[in-house]
Amino acid sequence: MIAVVDWAVIVASLAYAAWALVAVVRNRPPREPYVIGAGVVELLIVVQAVVAVVLMITDGAPEETATFIGYVLMNLIIVPLGLFWALAEKSRWGTSVLVVAALVVPVLVVRMQQLWEAGAA
Amino acid sequence: MSGTPRRSSGPGRLLIAVYAVFALAASARAGVQIATKFDEAPVAYLLSAFAALVYIVATVALARPGATARRVALTAVTVELIGVLTVGAITAFDPGDFPDDTVWSVFGRGYGFVPLVLPVLGLLWLRRTRDAEDAGR
Repeated sequence: MIAVVDWAVIVASLAYAAWALVAVVRNRPPREPYVIGAGVVELLIVVQAVVAVVLMITDGAPEETATFIGYVLMNLIIVPLGLFWALAEKSRWGTSVLVVAALVVPVLVVRMQQLWEAGAA
Repeated sequence: MSGTPRRSSGPGRLLIAVYAVFALAASARAGVQIATKFDEAPVAYLLSAFAALVYIVATVALARPGATARRVALTAVTVELIGVLTVGAITAFDPGDFPDDTVWSVFGRGYGFVPLVLPVLGLLWLRRTRDAEDAGR
């Protein structure tokens, strides 16, 4: 995969998680800025997914293709799902859901990198 | 707002979110394992599928109001605790029976031991919200 794109997703999701965590500590519900922030993170995830799919077509897919695609799909849905679940809760616990969703993203990206580096089929 | 909190609000919101992540992760893992390499370790992969089912049922039941949902949640979370303890113990001492990883292998080591902590938090939360339904929410 392309390191710059991966790192952009990892840094953005970690920064977003930290930002949301500050809001949890300060007892803030999930407000509009956090929705916009989630949109930015999701945009980067979509770019990364597109890059991954293009690379799979041009350079060949990782050996564990199904697992890799599973990670790509999960990465695409996790932030929107988290946002959906977070916004219905008007308290710090709603914002805490955003922290969890954002922290799943770097884990998935690192797993994708491991599978990618393990080699093509 | 008074008395017992609803299951799906407050800390429950976060708890259910973590349950949902595990429902997704375990389902995806089991699906891939069974679809691509079931013959390699059928017992481990069926167990993966079972764990996924338990997480799905627990997530939905925790999120839904009502006494029935509460009973289902209590059952699912109890099964989850027994599952992670049993599979965790077997895999920690004699990994031979489970050649490939499941969510519950070695007490959920592959997932930062969250699978071990989650059912305990689930049971505590169910106890704390016990009276929510009786009071008509």
